[in-house]
Amino acid sequence: MAACGCGGIQPDDPRFRELDAFIDAHRHVRGSLIGVLHRAQELFGFLPEEVQQHVAQRLGIPPSQVYGVVTFYNYFNLRPTGRYTIRVCMGTACYVRGADKVLQAIQSELKIQPGEMTSDGLFSLEVCRCIGCCGLAPAIMVGEEVFGNMTDAKVPEVLARFRQQAQGGEPEPAVAAGKEGAR
Amino acid sequence: MIQLTIDGRPIQVEPGTTVLEAARRLGIRIPTLCYLKEINQIGACRMCVVEVKGYRTLQTACSLPCADGMEVRTNTPAVRAARRMVLELLLSDHQVDCPTCLRAGDCELMRLAQETGLRSVRFTGEKHPARVDTSSPALAVDSSKCILCQRCVAVCREVQGVAAISLAGRGFASRVVPFFDHELGEAACTYCGQCTLVCPTGALTEKDDTEAVWAALLDPEKHVIVQTAPAIRVSLGEAFGLPPGTVATGQMVAALRRLGFDRVFDTNLGADLTIVEEASELIQRLRSGGPLPLMTSCCPGWVKYAEHFWPEFLDNLSSCKSPHQMFGAMAKTYYAQKMGIDPAKIVVVSIMPCTAKKFEASRPELAGSGYPDVDYVLTTRELARMLRQAGIDLAALPEEEFDAPLGISTGAGALFGATGGVMEAALRTASTWLEGEPRRLVFTEVRGLEGVREASLTIAGQELKVAVAHGLRNAARLLERIRSGEATYHFVEVMACPGGCVGGGGQPLPADGPDSLPALRQARVQAIYRVDEAKAIRYSHENPAIKQLYAEFLGEPLGEVPHRLLHTHYHARQPVGIRVR
Repeated sequence: MAACGCGGIQPDDPRFRELDAFIDAHRHVRGSLIGVLHRAQELFGFLPEEVQQHVAQRLGIPPSQVYGVVTFYNYFNLRPTGRYTIRVCMGTACYVRGADKVLQAIQSELKIQPGEMTSDGLFSLEVCRCIGCCGLAPAIMVGEEVFGNMTDAKVPEVLARFRQQAQGGEPEPAVAAGKEGAR
Repeated sequence: MIQLTIDGRPIQVEPGTTVLEAARRLGIRIPTLCYLKEINQIGACRMCVVEVKGYRTLQTACSLPCADGMEVRTNTPAVRAARRMVLELLLSDHQVDCPTCLRAGDCELMRLAQETGLRSVRFTGEKHPARVDTSSPALAVDSSKCILCQRCVAVCREVQGVAAISLAGRGFASRVVPFFDHELGEAACTYCGQCTLVCPTGALTEKDDTEAVWAALLDPEKHVIVQTAPAIRVSLGEAFGLPPGTVATGQMVAALRRLGFDRVFDTNLGADLTIVEEASELIQRLRSGGPLPLMTSCCPGWVKYAEHFWPEFLDNLSSCKSPHQMFGAMAKTYYAQKMGIDPAKIVVVSIMPCTAKKFEASRPELAGSGYPDVDYVLTTRELARMLRQAGIDLAALPEEEFDAPLGISTGAGALFGATGGVMEAALRTASTWLEGEPRRLVFTEVRGLEGVREASLTIAGQELKVAVAHGLRNAARLLERIRSGEATYHFVEVMACPGGCVGGGGQPLPADGPDSLPALRQARVQAIYRVDEAKAIRYSHENPAIKQLYAEFLGEPLGEVPHRLLHTHYHARQPVGIRVR
């Protein structure tokens, strides 16, 4: 992975100023690194080399240590992510209730593997451990929304909603789907 | 005081003492892997598990504080089984090519497998992808041998403050890597090699240049010169079973001659030459107002560290090349002319206690004669391996003398091997010159193993404030104080490795494990001072070979010829992940 990991982000990117405000407000708090990385990922969508280096320098932490933390947690992305990140829970409950079939369906529908992004930049796919909705197993997250009691058959429907939303066709849908699942 | 029993034996300890330390005091050896006293006490490897009465599970002795009434047992069936299990799991994901591994013979993993009585490994399965990194000229990484103990990470971060490497990923994907999985050659690594001293396996080693040196020795066209750093003579013996602190100068010379080197010379002469130039530079800077403090530049780990992290101090670094580079430059000019040998046919091999010297020798600017000053750098460990390959037992050899004239040196030159030594050697000469006569020989103020030492001296009626730091984290503390204006000095010595060169990253591995490193360094430092005391001449500028060198070839210190051959410059570098201000 020795190739440039800057992710095309320039040092004068205005988002760095926003990040710095956050860092400076938290720099004296011990253990603030993870919070800062969360904010950085919110701003940039992922954590390329340039961003990690910036965080390290601003917090006075070795960059290797920042990289260690970023790569430890599944939540942080080293590569750009799509507009919607799909997280398929493979925790124990979801797994035994067929999360692998749901994952398979998403993979074949989007033609990407976990860790990849669709060529249109709309979706990226992640596999994660327990999102804390074991009662809804198997569950997935699309963006910030949870979809419970998933089946492979429901996958096209869920994805279609987000495609529509992206085209501006439907005002903020999908919440309903999540709530349906919760019942 | 806390009272507890370990294996039925009572012991009293201070609060905060770990069970491991308490057991060691009782002479009970609890095996460890990831543990480095005061540097890495993370309870990660679980080799040191013990049974404690009332605890449901086995506890890691390295991280468990003693408590009143504790009853600890270190050798029970459960403990033995757990330790074997740990080793089985480690070995199941380890490249087990022991006979041909560089660490065969002094591998801690192998020793623990023997000590725990492990006779077979039950587990086989996928192995983590091997990452072989030979991007640096100094260090070699083979992750297929890595057991993720993180001792290297801890030393790099806690002792050196460099943090060139870190643990990345998690679970099976865990790996020790520089920032963003870059190669070591692009990283903030100073090549000090302290990681190689604490690696329990063959995952982190010096880059082996012995084959290239064998080839040079066998080439009849080549005139192969060897020079030995001050710290080699006080450590090489350890690799041949001699007690730490043995001064084996004579045997070392005899051994090198038997290996087939055409001339056996002494870097200590290069050190004397460095002192004549550097003391002149100090006096010049004191008179012309700077830049001060003058900072020593003999240590290539420190120089690279400064180029990465402290570019604002690069003008403070002495422009003097390090002793072995000065020596190499003299070998390929003065010596070549004197002997009528084509410098292109001269091969200079430096035996160094140091991995960073391998990088230093490859710097393109260190070739003022038109030829690289030094062709190959071998660490003490590599020399020991060559001697073993040649069937030479150092301990059984007679003592022999260095060749003349580049083998003549003083006690001051010898001091370079210990922290504070360059400072003391320079003070001997500079104070003599400033006062017009030699008034002081020994400067105990700058001796010792405190991480940062400072002293205020009066020389020729003037105050001279000096400071010495060893270990790069200590250096950073000192530099921070200089930068903030909190402290001002005229002269500063920095050595990257704890203890100075005697504790160098290329030195023999500690036979009793890395926790014995402080005692080893102490013994070697004392040996350095014995070498100094045994010398008839103890001021660098009084070295007759140096006087002859200036009279016949160099002219005046800091003159035109020295400028071309003995001095250099530095430049800021940007390793991956580091942008300094």
